[in-house]
Amino acid sequence: MGILSRKATCNTHGQDSSYFLGWEEYEKNPYDEATNPAGIIQMGLAENQLSFDLIEQWLAANPDPASFNRHAPGGSVFRDLALFQDYHGLPAFKKALVEFMSEIRGNKVTFDQNKIVLTAGATSANETLMFCLAEPGEAILLPTPYYPGFDRDLKWRTGVEIVPIQCTSANGFQITEIALEQAYLDAKTRNLKVKGVLVTNPSNPLGTTLTRPELNLLVNFISDKQIHLISDEIYAGTAFSSPGYVSIMEVLKDKKLEHTELADRVHVVYSLSKDLGLPGFRVGAIYSNDDRVVSAATKMSSFGLVSSQTQYLLAALLSDKKFTKNYIAESQRRLKQRQRSLRKGLEKAGISCLKSNAGLFCWVDMRHLLEANTFEAEMKLWKKIVYDVKLNISPGSSCHCVEPGWFRVCFANMSEETLELAVERLRTFVEENYNDVIPRSRSGHEMLKGLRKKNLTKWVFRLSYSSDREPEER
Amino acid sequence: MVFKLNNQLLSRMAIGDGHGENSSYFDGWKAYDSDPYHHQNNPDGVIQMGLAENQLCFDKVEEWLKKNPAASICTPEGVAGFKDVAIFQDYHGLPQFRNAVAKFMGKVRGDRVSFDPDRIVMAGGATGAHETVAFCLADPGEALLVPTPYYPGFDRDLRWRTGVQLVPIECDSANNFKLRMEDLEAAYEMAKLNNIRVKGLLLTNPSNPLGTILDGDTLRNIAAFTNENNIHLICDEIYSATVFGKPDYVSIAEIVDEDRKSGRNGLNLDLIHIVYSLSKDMGFPGLRVGIVYSYNDVVMNCARKMSSFGLVSAQTQHMIGSMLSDQEFVEEFLGANRARLAERHGAFTGGLGRVGIRCLRSSNAGLFVWMDLRRLLKEQSVEAETALWRVIINEVKLNVSPGSSFHCSEPGWFRVCFANMDDETMEVALGRIRAFVAKHKEAMKPARKLCAQSSLKLSFSGRIYDEFIMSPRSPIPQSPLVRART
Repeated sequence: MGILSRKATCNTHGQDSSYFLGWEEYEKNPYDEATNPAGIIQMGLAENQLSFDLIEQWLAANPDPASFNRHAPGGSVFRDLALFQDYHGLPAFKKALVEFMSEIRGNKVTFDQNKIVLTAGATSANETLMFCLAEPGEAILLPTPYYPGFDRDLKWRTGVEIVPIQCTSANGFQITEIALEQAYLDAKTRNLKVKGVLVTNPSNPLGTTLTRPELNLLVNFISDKQIHLISDEIYAGTAFSSPGYVSIMEVLKDKKLEHTELADRVHVVYSLSKDLGLPGFRVGAIYSNDDRVVSAATKMSSFGLVSSQTQYLLAALLSDKKFTKNYIAESQRRLKQRQRSLRKGLEKAGISCLKSNAGLFCWVDMRHLLEANTFEAEMKLWKKIVYDVKLNISPGSSCHCVEPGWFRVCFANMSEETLELAVERLRTFVEENYNDVIPRSRSGHEMLKGLRKKNLTKWVFRLSYSSDREPEER
Repeated sequence: MVFKLNNQLLSRMAIGDGHGENSSYFDGWKAYDSDPYHHQNNPDGVIQMGLAENQLCFDKVEEWLKKNPAASICTPEGVAGFKDVAIFQDYHGLPQFRNAVAKFMGKVRGDRVSFDPDRIVMAGGATGAHETVAFCLADPGEALLVPTPYYPGFDRDLRWRTGVQLVPIECDSANNFKLRMEDLEAAYEMAKLNNIRVKGLLLTNPSNPLGTILDGDTLRNIAAFTNENNIHLICDEIYSATVFGKPDYVSIAEIVDEDRKSGRNGLNLDLIHIVYSLSKDMGFPGLRVGIVYSYNDVVMNCARKMSSFGLVSAQTQHMIGSMLSDQEFVEEFLGANRARLAERHGAFTGGLGRVGIRCLRSSNAGLFVWMDLRRLLKEQSVEAETALWRVIINEVKLNVSPGSSFHCSEPGWFRVCFANMDDETMEVALGRIRAFVAKHKEAMKPARKLCAQSSLKLSFSGRIYDEFIMSPRSPIPQSPLVRART
């Protein structure tokens, strides 16, 4: 008999997960090139900071949209924006947004601005869809590994359950029919009614785009089970190399399923937080062919509308086709180059990544650095990396990965120099603590270092760029 | 068979009526939408008086914005800060924003009390704030007591997705609609008898739709009651800066402060929460700045986590943070706000008084009057009120809000907004009311004639159509922003 609700006193917000604890450590000792060069480098934040200059240039060349100096007939732009709270959203913004979404998909599909619902970020979009599609106690299937925030966004206030579709490195973590069916069965065993499948495409944390066979599999699965498919396409614009991005909408179009009942059960979630690097602006969207979902979600968006001044600014930005075309191409080019830097750097440390073509991170394989093939060992390794190597990366267990030893490492939220430093720290760590991990093509001096026997539970760690420090006891 | 399957594919929440938008209340919007008043283009159109917006002080804000271009991260002066703002998604909010809002809230209360910036938690407008508070304080099936008449949006905000119930406490004109302790106690006891678990009481102070404030003693008694019964007290103070005349406003924050400063410490602060927003006081509903201010640390932390579902755009936080940090501007704004609201209120009630229409006395706040049209009713019933309402919309061409939409137990009261228009429009509205009253005195005599007049040009089906679905508090479908771009 508490005075607060169960939601307020439980843990379902998921914030006790290690994903967030790493952030907390970072907050206490954040790296700064000038003022804190020995601090923790943030590699757990999937932010896209590579292309702000393009947006800033646009703003400099187009000062009008946000300066509020213009006068609309009958009043000022500011006044109209300050009063504009229509949950249908600013038409100019919705139009620009759906066109942008189409452009990201190579204009292979088009989106109808009357089917899009604006929400305060993808966080709100995902929660709202759950409220619309499922009752408390019903379930959604999600392939693992998945974004840790889903535990909060999909489950906390909605009462919906997540049942994992277990994916493994045996096939590059791709979704298989067996895994789908097993998940469905698992739900049944738990007496949970499955209402749909939610996939993130491109994937977080894998950084891969779903293949056509996987997409076809999903379509067949939801057709067979008569359930929903939610495709969180928040990273759609970050696909930077082959095999290229295929959206679920494209698959529906290719299969001529666009105007069928099945298409009504396919919903897309989008946001400008990753592609445009604007998480602070809280711009999310739900796209659905089902009018009832659009209608209900629109009403629910009252609880998290997008600020009118933000809609206004972004309407102008995204309506500039010259800008969007250039931005998309340039952003992808920079992401590709930066991913390569991380990948190559990790290789020098004897660490490989899952082959990826999208996202703001790599899915890094550190299984060979574990003391044992257990999650305890993964946690131990993670703590060393956070507290001693001073890199905040995300352990696979926080993403519900079934295999210990995988870590998500972000590369787009820092400068090239910082990335190099991070990689160097990791390389040194591996070199000093593990034998025969670093590739054989080394100088004699390095080989000598590699032959030193180390006790894995005790070491003295030297940072290349700062004074000697003893590691703290943990 | 497929159709049935389809219906089960969506949640009950999505398909049901919990959003509250199927109320006949929205027929007024429909009439306005299809025939909106405009000085030149449509002088005979419906004047919107159902929209509680504050449009009186935009000039002050615009002037400030012109002088402070760096407040916008998109101007040449402000673009240097663009990146940091664009990536800022910390749900603690920009420190400058929190500090400025806390200071503003204090200024609104004459600096009689101060607010802790660390307790300022964001929400998606007051709409989001109310829902969040309900999620934090109550489980599905549990209840909140709410005095009537109350803002219709509460039915959705507090109940729809939370599963929380609302138990109304009826207030009437005999007591100027002020909440009586005996009614509060009776409602609480009755709920318990019916096995309804009451978790708290929600007050809107200043009141929507009454435009009145609670005096200090009443507020103290209410706080003592909730404290004694270990239930929460939620105070929606969204209209706090719209108090334009005597008596002085007393916020629950002052009661808390008084209790602490006196050393009595009689109040359990874990039970006290404030909901706030800039939508009414500043006239910024489009910017979605909602605030949860709770004295309960667990609630504060929980609300903060929940704010992820409705954070304020960092662009907006930055601008508001700059604006409200300017103490000179804030003082000037608040002064002008009060003065202009007082003037408008006086002009409007004066005009109404001259044709014998009374409004709730002692109203000294809000963006509306609570108009007494009881003597114009054929009979004291909701049906008669609704009939009169339709006449007002269709003949007088004013969109006003009938008391029944606010769950008022006494028919004949109407909420009429006055701060969302210019002086000229207000005069036109008064002119129409004068004409109506004059005409109505004649038409009152043969009751049947009135009936004929009130079986209107508009056919009423009792259900709205999807294309007229409306926004939370006050949409402007005819906004130039909408017109210009489509």
